[in-house]
Amino acid sequence: MSNQIDLTKVKPYGDTLNDGRMQFSFTLPVPAGDEADEAAKQLLTKMGIEEPAIVFSEDLGVGYTFFTAYGKCQHTVDYSTIDVPKVDIDIMDKYGVEDFIKEHIKRDVVIVGACSGTDAHTVGIDAIMNMKGFDGHYGLERYKGVEAVNLGSQVPNEELIAKAIELNADAIVVSQIVTQKDVHIMNLTNLVELLEAEGLREKLVVICGGPRISHELAKELGYDAGFGPKTYAEHVASFVVNQMVDRSLI
Amino acid sequence: MNKLNLDFNLVTEARQSAKVIADDIQGMIDLHTTVSVERTVLRLLGVDGIDDIERPLPNVIVDAVKEAGGLPMGLAYWMGNAMIHTNQTPQEIAEAVSKGDLDLMTIPQADLESIKAVVTKKAQETVAVIAQNRKDRDNFLETIGEGPKPYLYLIVATGNIYEDVLQAQAAAKQGADIIAVIRTTGQSLLDYVPFGPTTEGFGGTYATQENFRIMRKALDEVGEEVGRYIRLCNYCSGLCMPEIAAMGAFERLDVMLNDALYGILFRDINMQRTLVDQYFSRIINGFAGVIINTGEDNYLTTADAVEEAHTVLTSQFINEQFALNAGLPEEQMGLGHCFEMNPNIENGFLMELSQAQMARDIFPNAPLKYMPPTKYKTGNIYKGHVQDTLFNAVSIMTNQGLHLLGMLTEAIHTPFLQDRALSIENAKYVFNNMKDMGEEIEFKKDGMIQKRAQTVLTESVKMLKDIEEEGLTNSISQGKFAEVKRTMTSGKGLDGVVKKDAQYFNPFIELMLGGQ
Repeated sequence: MSNQIDLTKVKPYGDTLNDGRMQFSFTLPVPAGDEADEAAKQLLTKMGIEEPAIVFSEDLGVGYTFFTAYGKCQHTVDYSTIDVPKVDIDIMDKYGVEDFIKEHIKRDVVIVGACSGTDAHTVGIDAIMNMKGFDGHYGLERYKGVEAVNLGSQVPNEELIAKAIELNADAIVVSQIVTQKDVHIMNLTNLVELLEAEGLREKLVVICGGPRISHELAKELGYDAGFGPKTYAEHVASFVVNQMVDRSLI
Repeated sequence: MNKLNLDFNLVTEARQSAKVIADDIQGMIDLHTTVSVERTVLRLLGVDGIDDIERPLPNVIVDAVKEAGGLPMGLAYWMGNAMIHTNQTPQEIAEAVSKGDLDLMTIPQADLESIKAVVTKKAQETVAVIAQNRKDRDNFLETIGEGPKPYLYLIVATGNIYEDVLQAQAAAKQGADIIAVIRTTGQSLLDYVPFGPTTEGFGGTYATQENFRIMRKALDEVGEEVGRYIRLCNYCSGLCMPEIAAMGAFERLDVMLNDALYGILFRDINMQRTLVDQYFSRIINGFAGVIINTGEDNYLTTADAVEEAHTVLTSQFINEQFALNAGLPEEQMGLGHCFEMNPNIENGFLMELSQAQMARDIFPNAPLKYMPPTKYKTGNIYKGHVQDTLFNAVSIMTNQGLHLLGMLTEAIHTPFLQDRALSIENAKYVFNNMKDMGEEIEFKKDGMIQKRAQTVLTESVKMLKDIEEEGLTNSISQGKFAEVKRTMTSGKGLDGVVKKDAQYFNPFIELMLGGQ
């Protein structure tokens, strides 16, 4: 079957190759009824969806209507030319990282982590930093040769930097969960600006992470790396120790 | 009820230990007051509003008194004295102080008994207003009624109170029983309460008295329309804990998050500060008929839900004693727990069911606050919806009190209008379809479910014994809860704590303590 797929013209797969079938769910601020369904159909048509079908619609109680819909996508993408920037290193496991430190760095690596700015959601930074880690992947605190300091939630950037200086940190790891009104962008930008003002940016490995963070976004904001969902401590640790060696930060 | 064959002698032992632990802390609480407690006294005496640079008047007055070293006497003393001296209301006095026309500390001082008499009379007026609000709630509950338990608890968090109103009214029409307005991120660390209606917030909406009033009115309206009283919830936590309690009592809020341990562990608020604040806030909440929510569920978003389950139970026992010390009855204790085990665990559902039933059996009169899965939500909304379904099943089978609805889009964004609707539909389906399941089933003697609860209880009793010996503050500094370490002098807000003078008085404690 795979030899029928033209990677230069990929479109959604429903139950037959190239049928283009897609599923939609959304709400329109109009009361439920035939007119609402028609509005939803017209919207899908404008989005390039052929044969839009509203399979379910219901008033949400305030004169707004929720739709589930299907339709056929007319567009295709060229998969063969796609290039996504990624954190380009080999991921070592915990023991691999520990051996790497022993062999190439020969001292403790200090990593300071925080949920900085006004963000109070520590679930991400805890998963990376804390002893227990997440989902069976131990956190950095448990790594031999790593001194991991988790400053917790709502840490002002100034305080984070002061702590990094005090501990002579090798890396700063920042988690940002709240993204409403792009508050994470403002905060992440502010941290890099402060680090540059202090002349620290080049001396540190600076990493951000969170459910809405990509490596591309992180690089754009002036970070060495960005980690999204499905990141564990070993990803962060592998990146930090490699950077330290590559950039001679030992 | 003892579906889990628990040894209730162990439960008694646990309560005894928890009482010793709470009483030990009460000794510290009774010796201290805080800037936020004193601002609350002013608010309860009728002081409100802001000065020309938008500082709340309670802050202006308390800061001035603190600066001059008068805080140990308490603001009731200084305000009462000024009332005698000027023959004006507390609000007029506060305005005069903020304009620099009056200095509370330099005017002649009347004798203590007449000051007490004047202030207590004024305090009684406020207490009557709050008692009337409580009666109004009871009246609503009697006339238009309420939804069945578990109450469906939904969150709105747009940042704009008027947008919140739209979403809250939609949620009520879809079936929500409780609307919680999430606060803007960072408000818990503000040492003042903002003023007026607000339309800008991050991840939530400022808690202000005006915002409370706007939402209360909207929920009363929609409650009449749908034929159910809709409860309003906010966050009585952080550095302004008792002030928020007072504002909530004025505006007839029904549910308040209210947990010092949560603030200590997860917001790094100084423990002396927040334990003193919590005591007064719980007295107010108790008197106002507010159901408090405690934050034990958060321990398991940080630590492992299987291994650390006993820490939740331990904290519930301690929170129960703190609440009793503040005159808050069991019927208003929304002790927190959650459904946060890794969904890949074999028989995880059985353990969740066991723990939820255990909390029910040990705290039979408490409207337990049951929190949905969040930690293992991935962005796979289809699986997320199924995770929520299992959570809903446990909740109805074990008769939980306040049921926070899980969102299929947890871990993605603040809920869309449709996410809430789908979540309510899911819960209503499960609650109706499995309504009497809990009544119909018994658990196998010494089976997995019984054994799990017995183990957690045994571990909790042991932990409480350790804390009893060690003291709560030392235990926290060793990281026994949620693996977070805090000390007596670490954290935010310590500079707002002072030792009380021997002549200190706060008329509201006496008037409100003991619920009605």
